[in-house]
This record gives sequence, C-alpha cells and structure tokens, in this order.
Amino acid sequence: MAFKTPADLQYTKTHEWIRIEGDEATVGITDYAQDALGDVVYVDLPQVGARFEADGVFGAVESVKAASDLYLPVAGEIIAVNEALVSNPELINKDPYGEGWIVKIRVAPGVGALMSAEAYAAFVDTIKHP
Amino acid sequence: MSDRSGLRRTPLYERHLALGARMVEFGGWEMPVQYSGIIDEHRAVREAAGLFDISHMGEVEVRGPDALPFLQHLVTYDVAAIQPGQSNYALMCLPNGGIIDDTFIYNLGDHYLVVVNAANTPKDVAWMHECAKGFDVIVVDVSERTGMLALQGPAAEALLAQVAGADLAALPFHGVARGIVSGIPAIVARTGYTGEDGFELFVAADDVGRLWDELLHIGRNAGLKPCGLGARDSLRFEACLALYGHEITEETNPYEARLGWVVKLDKGDFIGRDALQRIKQEGVQRRLTGFEMVGRGIARSEYEIRDLEGTPVGRVTSGMPSPTLGKNLGMGYVPVALSTEGSEFDVVVRDRPVRARAVKMPFYRPRYKK
Repeated sequence: MAFKTPADLQYTKTHEWIRIEGDEATVGITDYAQDALGDVVYVDLPQVGARFEADGVFGAVESVKAASDLYLPVAGEIIAVNEALVSNPELINKDPYGEGWIVKIRVAPGVGALMSAEAYAAFVDTIKHP
Repeated sequence: MSDRSGLRRTPLYERHLALGARMVEFGGWEMPVQYSGIIDEHRAVREAAGLFDISHMGEVEVRGPDALPFLQHLVTYDVAAIQPGQSNYALMCLPNGGIIDDTFIYNLGDHYLVVVNAANTPKDVAWMHECAKGFDVIVVDVSERTGMLALQGPAAEALLAQVAGADLAALPFHGVARGIVSGIPAIVARTGYTGEDGFELFVAADDVGRLWDELLHIGRNAGLKPCGLGARDSLRFEACLALYGHEITEETNPYEARLGWVVKLDKGDFIGRDALQRIKQEGVQRRLTGFEMVGRGIARSEYEIRDLEGTPVGRVTSGMPSPTLGKNLGMGYVPVALSTEGSEFDVVVRDRPVRARAVKMPFYRPRYKK
C-alpha cells in the first residue's frame, strides 16, 4: 500500500508533518502514522501558549491498542489546537493532512531535523521492508 | 516456520497478509494485530462472530497412568473435578505462590490437553518435565503440529452447526469433544477468551488453513470477521480475563489477582500450596482492581498509580478505551484499602495525575451459554 506524502510538506522520523508558512506552521501526523496506529480514539492536545523545543513531546494520539507521543518538528509556541479532534479524533484517520491537523505554532528560531516528502517516503519504505 | 528476523509464523501467515492484516511481534510470533480495525472486529464478536488464529498458543498432551495425580501436583485447580469431556481454567504456581502461567486443561478421556500461553510455552514445558519426575506420565509438547482457531460470538453456534455435527454445536459450557468439522478431524471446545459464547478448535497444523477458509466462507453473510490480537485483547479486557505478563506474573499470586476461585487448597498437596495457604490466612496487601478514568486520559500498562496524597501505590496492568462501554477503563494493583468500589486514586498519564475511580469487575458481563 502506498501512503500519501504531499510534496509541499516536510516530515520527521517520528512521522509528523509540518507546513511552514512564514513564521507560523501547522503540524499533524502522516498517513503512514495514522494507518500504523489504527482507529484514533483520543488526542491529548497541549495548551495554547505552551512552548516546546524541537523534538519536544507536545501531546499524544491514542488508539484502542496504544498511546503514541507527538513530537514537535521545530521549536515553537502553540497558537491553536484542533478542537474538532476532541469529539472527532477519527479525523486524523480520515484526513491526516487536512481536517486532521493537530496544532498550529509560531515557529521559534532553531533547527529541527526535517525531511522532504521524497526522503520521508524512502524512510517509510525502509521501515516496511527492513 | 520463521523468517530471518527469528519471529515464528503460524500456518496462516500468508492468509493474514492476503486479508490485509497488519502484522506485529507478539511473544516471539509474527501475528495479525488487526484486519479491518480493532473496533470493527471487537463489535463483530460482541454482535455476530469473529474468527481468530491462535495457533501460536502452546498445547501440551499429558498421558499415562499418573496423568491425573501429576496434574493435581502441578496446578492449583482440582483437576479431578474436570470430568471427561469437560475443561477448566487452572494456574501453575511456583512454590512461593507466584504464577508461572495460566492454562486451560481439557479432559479428553484418554489424555489431558493443556493449553498454555505462546510466550511461556518453552518455560512451561520445561517446568512440566521437571515436575513430572516420579510420575508415570508422558508430557509431550504438540504445539508445532497443532493449529488452533477461536470462533467467538453470539453467531458462533449457528455457524459451527453448519460445518459440524449437532453434538459439537450443542456442547455445554467448557465442554470438549472430538469430531469432524468441514471434513477435518478436530477437537472442539466451548471455551474462549472474549466474554462471549464460542468455540476453540484444535486441528492438525496442516489442516488449519482449510478450516480457516471454510469458516470464513460460511460466515461471510453472517457478519463473521477475521479478528486479530488487538480485538482479542480488548475483548478479554472488558471481560476482565487476566493476560499473562500483565495482570498475572511470577511476582503476583492468585489471591491478589482475584483468582482465589482457581486455588483448591483442600484438594491435597500441590506445588505452591503451603505458600498460598499462608497468603490466604494472612490476607493480601494489594488487589487487582478495575477502574474508570474520571479525568481525561487513558491508562496504559505500567503507568504509575498514586493515592490522593501523591504517594506511588501501584501500577496499571492493562488499560484502554472500552469499545463496548465507551469509557476509558483500566486494571491495576492497588493497596486493599483502595480496591473497593468507589475508591479514588490517580493514574499518572504522561507526568500528569489523572483521577480514576474503582469500579466493579468484570466491566462487561460475559454472555456464556451455560
């Protein structure tokens, strides 16, 4: 099965995506991640105003089976959380790059280890076929 | 069978892949965790039926003139009370009362079949051989050549009746018999691990693929779904059936695990009896307790439990959002004082204490056909 990896996004090894627009950015989890997790039943969202370092744990997504930490791809301050996920966590399964977005941040100066869509797709292939 | 990563595979491995299963490692085996989704499969079992490949389970035959006295020595349950054609849950304990494994013992008349947990099979077989010294018994691990399926759910009986004699579909609760299912010689038992009515079927490893295909075929219009270990875990969790390595380990004893009913102190001597008698007399310090999350958060295995003063008092053994009940539930060990219904304590979820309240077990009342 081929997972979607939109070319205009950047990715992490922990399967988050980030869309950077100026000094703001939107963050979610990838199609591969939502599929691996299964039905998302709960999303632990951070407080607006909370600040995190790059790779800092800012929340968690949970399926029936397991909890999975969310890592912020770059350092930043939370400026919005997707409240729709509180009552409809399955949006992450249905539309991981759209309605299933998780947080918006104001990007702080700092370096995160980001991958292009191409690099991430290749990385996912190495996980699927070790 | 195994691949280069050293994980073992059941004879149904290729079928699982063809059905689109997600495969995971479990107890040294590469097993399907889900096909259509854990919640979908969970509902199928509660409302219709599910078919599980449980060929990873260990099966040990016990034969010989001393089969009964040997098993009486080995396990806590009174095996003499298991009549031919019947089965029961039983525990193997260490001399100190710690639980080596939980098992199901089937009395097939001319021998006993002991089903043990996949990951524990080598340990259990070695222990059984060790304990068999001085008894006139033959203990044979037949796991490799045995395939095992579980057909579970309210529609299981009607489905089995389509491919097996009426006698098999009419087996009583915990009954077991030999028979023919879809032309395949099988041992059929009215047992399971889901809290629903259903059957477990033992066949030769070479036949299990054919039986799997046939059952999925006849059940296609009855809501039967292939189910993975994810739903197996969520179903047993709601029914509060213990999972080895979580609710029970070598460091837990049957009384604190609320399995005192499986310990028959008056049946004569057995391994662990002295220790268990003492534990029962002195009373347990902690008890396995079911709880509901009051605050927002999901308890998971190994999360810390704190009393309301913030002192660590125990750990979660299993926890998840219950698909049937729609609540975030958990089980864990807490001091006896906190184990009564309505007691409150905190579960530490990602460094944050989240309030939980003790509730009655089981969360889901099993619907066995008795």
